[in-house]
Amino acid sequence: MTMSLAGHQAPPIFKRGPTPLARLLVFVAVCLVMLVVDLRFRYLEIVRQALSVVTHPLQLVAAAPADFIRNATVYFATLVDVQLENAELRRAQVQAAQRLLRFEQLERENHELRRLLAMAQTTAVHSVAAEILYDAPDPFARKVILDKGVRHGVTAGLAVVDARGMIGQVTRVYPVQSEVTLLTDKEQAVHVKVARNGVRGILVGSAGNRMEMRFVGTDADIRVGDRLVTSGLDGIFLAGLPVAQVISVDSEGEAFHKVFAETVAQVERTVQVLVLGPEAPRAPRPDPATELKEGEGRAPSTGRGG
Amino acid sequence: MQPTHRSNRILLPAQTWFVYLTLVIALTLSYIPTGRLPGVPDWVAVVLAFWCVREPMRVGMGTAFVFGILVDIGHGAAMGQFALAYVVLAYLATSVSRRVLWFPVLQQALHVLPMLLLTQGIMVVVRLVGGGEFPGWWYFLSSFSGALLWLPLSVLLLLPQYRPVDRDENRPI
Repeated sequence: MTMSLAGHQAPPIFKRGPTPLARLLVFVAVCLVMLVVDLRFRYLEIVRQALSVVTHPLQLVAAAPADFIRNATVYFATLVDVQLENAELRRAQVQAAQRLLRFEQLERENHELRRLLAMAQTTAVHSVAAEILYDAPDPFARKVILDKGVRHGVTAGLAVVDARGMIGQVTRVYPVQSEVTLLTDKEQAVHVKVARNGVRGILVGSAGNRMEMRFVGTDADIRVGDRLVTSGLDGIFLAGLPVAQVISVDSEGEAFHKVFAETVAQVERTVQVLVLGPEAPRAPRPDPATELKEGEGRAPSTGRGG
Repeated sequence: MQPTHRSNRILLPAQTWFVYLTLVIALTLSYIPTGRLPGVPDWVAVVLAFWCVREPMRVGMGTAFVFGILVDIGHGAAMGQFALAYVVLAYLATSVSRRVLWFPVLQQALHVLPMLLLTQGIMVVVRLVGGGEFPGWWYFLSSFSGALLWLPLSVLLLLPQYRPVDRDENRPI
């Protein structure tokens, strides 16, 4: 009724369906349902993947200027800068090489010892080198976009690390790109343990570039400066990836310590990253009922050791 | 239709394909990865509001919903976040279209500004309820740049309609 051209009241014979307000309410209801289904239950990933076929060509076109600017900075880098960086990399490589020599020997030794003790073998590591292209456009979350996707073997759930430690987790994959939620995001959680003594807790992104380690009882031994590494108990991340360092511990009359930590990796600044995950898909969780029947008296195996 | 309702000049009718072409171009512009740069206008919202004001019979909440979903997917935002905001924007823009066109362009932009701010406000509320993080007050800068964009857009997007009715053999367009 109000939807007519300037000054002309539409006569009833030209009525066009429901009133604008009714249509608004229908659309709003549809959007709210979609939001709840997506944010709460994550059911719409398939729809998203299907429709991204439509948006992908446009995204490629739109990425061209950004690519050009990124490449231009590479073209205009001075020779001196490159030489300095090269010298730095050579030094780092020599240091890494000698550690790597020992690492190979230790890995063989570990393999042998595990076989002798009849323990589950550590799974092989699957890794993809990738580059951070840009921050994700969504300003409500801390996410970045990587230049590798499904075609390069990236799957959702893998850990993303830089040279120093973990920076985040792959949360969504596209054909040739993937989206990584950084550790400092409010919704991102990692199960960690203290490297020194194995005290466990859950590390969640918090205000600023800090993270909060939750559910550490006041009786637990945790100090400022402790290194936190992934525990591997979540069955998603490899065990032992460096994640953060404790910067403050406060236990004023609460049941749990208030522990804050800082990432060891340069989460917001790093460019070259590695996507890491176990090679084989992990074994399904054992059913508690059958577990009890079959393995009475035996401690349930965790499936993967550290 | 006239450039504004006070004008005496009658324009050619808008071509439907041109309307949708500009929306697709705006969609592509919105996909340009600008990271956290504040003040980048929401191209789709401005172009959508423009066509809702100019052509309320053709562009409305349905178009807003479809393009909202496409922006949601491209930005990796929550599904329905942009769609919800754009549907409300389209509703407001179509309902004020008869009033807005009586004003000169600068005052039209002032009408559009609160609508764009509301669009962003809806998205902030939706995401904060959904457990997101407040992006800071600079986030709202893009509404202001969007409203500024109204001035060039109201010339650019109407250019095809400014062509004379009769075709001249010696004129390229």
